[in-house]
Amino acid sequence: MPNLQGYRGPLRELLERSGVDVGDLIRVEKGGRIYEGYLMPRLETADEWHLVLKLRSGYNIGVAYEPSMRVTRLGAAVKPEFRPPPLPEQRSGLPKVSIISTGGTIASRVDYITGGVHAAISSRDLLSIVPELADIALVEADILYSLFSENIEAQHWSGMARKVAEKIKSGAEGVVITHGTDTMGYSAAALSFALRNLPVPVIFVGSQRSSDRPSSDAATNLIGAVTAAAYAPFAEVVVAMHETTSDTSIALHRGTKVRKCHTSSRYAFRSVNARPIARVVKGRVEMIAEDYRPRGDGELELQDRFDERVALIKFHPGFNPSLIEWLVDEGYRGIILEGTGLGHVSSKCYGPLRRAVKEGLIVGMTSQCLWGRVNMNVYTTGRELQQIGVEPLGDMLPETALVKLMWALGVSSSREEALELMRRNIAGEYSDRTLYEEVRP
Amino acid sequence: MKIDYEAIGLKVGLEVHQELDTRHKLFCHCPPKLFREEPEYTFVRRLRPSQSELGEVDPAALFEFLKGKTIVYEANRETSCLVEMDEEPPGPLNDEALDICLTFALMVGAQPVDEVHVMRKIVVDGSNTTGFQRTCVVALGGEIEVEGKRIHLEQICLEEDAARKIAEEGGVVRYRIDRLGIPLIEVTTAPEIGSPSEARKVAHAIGRILRATGRVRRGLGTIRQDLNISIRGGALIEIKGVQELDLVEKVVEYEAMRQLRLLEIAEELRSRGLKPEDLEGLEPVDVSDLFRETRCRILRRELKRKGRIYALRLPRFGGLLGRELCPGRRLGTEMADRAKFWGGVEGILHTDELPGYDITAEEVEALRRRVDAEPGDAVVIVAGEAERCRRALKAVLERAVEALEGVPSETRAANPDGTTHYTRPRPGPARMYPETDVVSIPITEERLRRLRENLPEMPEEKLRRFMEEYKLNEKLARQIIDSEYTALFEEIARSLKVSPTLIAVTLTETLKSLSREGVRVDLIGDDALREIFKLIEEGAMMKEAIPDVLTWLAEHPDSTAREALRELGLELLSREELEAIIKAKIEENIKLLKERGPRAFGPLMGRVMSEVRGRANPAEVQEILRTLISERLKGLEG
Ligand SMILES: [Zn+2]
Repeated sequence: MPNLQGYRGPLRELLERSGVDVGDLIRVEKGGRIYEGYLMPRLETADEWHLVLKLRSGYNIGVAYEPSMRVTRLGAAVKPEFRPPPLPEQRSGLPKVSIISTGGTIASRVDYITGGVHAAISSRDLLSIVPELADIALVEADILYSLFSENIEAQHWSGMARKVAEKIKSGAEGVVITHGTDTMGYSAAALSFALRNLPVPVIFVGSQRSSDRPSSDAATNLIGAVTAAAYAPFAEVVVAMHETTSDTSIALHRGTKVRKCHTSSRYAFRSVNARPIARVVKGRVEMIAEDYRPRGDGELELQDRFDERVALIKFHPGFNPSLIEWLVDEGYRGIILEGTGLGHVSSKCYGPLRRAVKEGLIVGMTSQCLWGRVNMNVYTTGRELQQIGVEPLGDMLPETALVKLMWALGVSSSREEALELMRRNIAGEYSDRTLYEEVRP
Repeated sequence: MKIDYEAIGLKVGLEVHQELDTRHKLFCHCPPKLFREEPEYTFVRRLRPSQSELGEVDPAALFEFLKGKTIVYEANRETSCLVEMDEEPPGPLNDEALDICLTFALMVGAQPVDEVHVMRKIVVDGSNTTGFQRTCVVALGGEIEVEGKRIHLEQICLEEDAARKIAEEGGVVRYRIDRLGIPLIEVTTAPEIGSPSEARKVAHAIGRILRATGRVRRGLGTIRQDLNISIRGGALIEIKGVQELDLVEKVVEYEAMRQLRLLEIAEELRSRGLKPEDLEGLEPVDVSDLFRETRCRILRRELKRKGRIYALRLPRFGGLLGRELCPGRRLGTEMADRAKFWGGVEGILHTDELPGYDITAEEVEALRRRVDAEPGDAVVIVAGEAERCRRALKAVLERAVEALEGVPSETRAANPDGTTHYTRPRPGPARMYPETDVVSIPITEERLRRLRENLPEMPEEKLRRFMEEYKLNEKLARQIIDSEYTALFEEIARSLKVSPTLIAVTLTETLKSLSREGVRVDLIGDDALREIFKLIEEGAMMKEAIPDVLTWLAEHPDSTAREALRELGLELLSREELEAIIKAKIEENIKLLKERGPRAFGPLMGRVMSEVRGRANPAEVQEILRTLISERLKGLEG
């Protein structure tokens, strides 16, 4: 089977007939023109009528297929070989930090021939790519998953929680979890609830610019995360990402208060209705929050069950209330509403909501404003919804409320017990006071 | 010294980079313009050389990173968005820019590629926020003719311009990202150019064809040349950033000279019996104690700062460090460039120039004794922090080893006088990989047909047409075609009833002579130039006022020509104002009028004109003056 990644149709047939593989040095002749270069793989999503050639100058070009085209193999592919630079020496006496990888390419190498990016996740690879880590902590790396962020599910949260527990048991003084950024906020919230009585910090970290590019935020974020895991005075689950567009400060956001608020920027992660708990600047952890759970030597308690029969519903004008009915019919056990303003949905929803509560579902209210807290006593609608049994969830983020309800239902034996957990501040998901914050871009 | 370039096997290749005049940048919708004000915001980044599959890291890039270089970027909201900040993926490739490149390709008979693939070319000096430059080949081959000789082109690329370097100090580099992302066409010739003057002519010829597209930006820094220069037995030297076309010739001449002299030095070293192994194991020696009492200010300052002085013996190099390679550049200068780059010291001193710099003969003698220098050896000293001194002298030693071999392969940058300085070792084959955020673009037959049908005329055709259609003489026609204003000239000449010769003279000779006087004519925008001729057409401005108005506009680039007239007091006088001035002049000179009668017209005309020049039409002055004189004469008679 020749390696002709991405090639299809008549062009593939021609390449097969000519006995060439991706990576080979080839000559292409067509209509009196001659091209020479290395055959590159074709993107699966691109058309099937061009072959991609890497010219000797390093540039790629596409050459259009023609029936009269001739392809000759001039030389065999050279397999790229990774010769890692010498590893930095691990200093003794440093705190032990465990790095658990779940996916994303926070540390990777680029194959300059195909442009492919390969994850580098062994401790050796990590240290060779970010040698600074060796001066910060005694790092040990494990691969748990290789998942895109959008493919992470509740079972993976349980897996992560168990892995963290295992690492803490074997002496880790801090744990770093590398994660794709899209759903990192959900995972951070999940672990905030699942890891009870946490003795050491657990730091989620990702990158918004892949690490194959020199401007990547991956190394700076990772260095910040490992610094926090090794030296932060708190024992909480946080997300470590750029605080601003500059490479100078890594913010540590509480796992239940953090949200990805930008599609692409380095400073995409924001603490909502809270300030970051701390930041890492010039290699040191600077505390911002005064109120935090300190490191301790207590016994970690694992509560890692999640019930996925919970939905997060955003109310909007024209919302069809039978969606709520459908969830009840499907056997859902909880609904988090993202209501308007202080926490409202239209009166058309009253009937279906009444039915949901009657059938034992927990229905919680959050606000699509994100900033601020719900208050269901100000307007009639809010009071009526409370009467129906909709639970106001204060200033909790809608995503955090979803994860928390999945967890509360997973670890409780009754609706009442779960409801009681929802009302209690477990991991900083509620704050008592809303402080004035200037909104930054 | 006259060099026979053919005999020394001079080969020059040119890379001409020209900014394109598009509505927006190459991968985003920001306008392609620069800002002069203070930045609205800045941000700080570091670039980390990424590792390839081969485990190789560009040594110079790694070195810069390890030095802890931080980059401060300056920006404002008008000229850049998140794309330039590397905070948002690039948008699709600018179609307009691609069309301009394809047009140029068709004009020079190059073969457009069937599908354009955007690449990332690693550049970690900070000039690109991403750490790479986005670039793509648009066409291959093609040729131009220069005085009957064909010069082949290798490729035509479309790429994004880099950020502008504003300052560099103490490990912090400042760049402004307004220029980042402006589309650039890069035209690469084969290394077939055989002499400095031919290099200049080829650069001009490419520039002319680029301008013939009518779609290129003008002004300082909008066109830049890189040169690849080698001679037989020498090395391929890449010289970056020659901004002035007229400097190309000098740069080639000096580089050929430099390589020739370096080959002579290598020959001389060999004839002195120097072997590579003689340069092995030479170590820098701390000689600080010899200069405790020195009167040399440079050394004293370093010692006061607790710095050290280190020396290195270079066997059999005596007399060679001071030998001139090209004007003002010696082998010693080359070594100093390396010492500065790798050691961060301020420079070197060597025995070919000592005693000197207030270093006494006794100190030199002691120095030579300390490092066991024999007659015929040279000694190099540097001052500064100990580790830096050692690194600097290690770099000097490396340069000495290379001197024995001949010409080291390096990347150099041009100085304003046409000489060059070392910037870094020549990188291996450019590390390029696909820009996966930009989809490849097929070039359809239909698109090429459309462009082929609308090809602009080549410069020679245009020359003939300008002479015929606008009645320009050949010299003026050539000047306007060689200038950056060809398209603007034609636009104004077509739309306004103003003498085309006046327009052409203004846009060439007048601007050039103002520029020679130091006026920043590149700051004057097209709109202001259009307005000047519009005012002339309306009779609201005299052509004599043009130089003053241009000078004022260069100093006030955001103002209009009408404002210039007002500020300079060059607005045309109304008929009433003119009559009043002339009446007053006649009364002032009433004696003259009485004496000479109508023949007083000549001298009076001169006196009136010296007062109203640039503010009144001479024909109108003449007419009013004649009438008023005859009226006044009647009055005298009566
Ligand atoms: Zn932009």
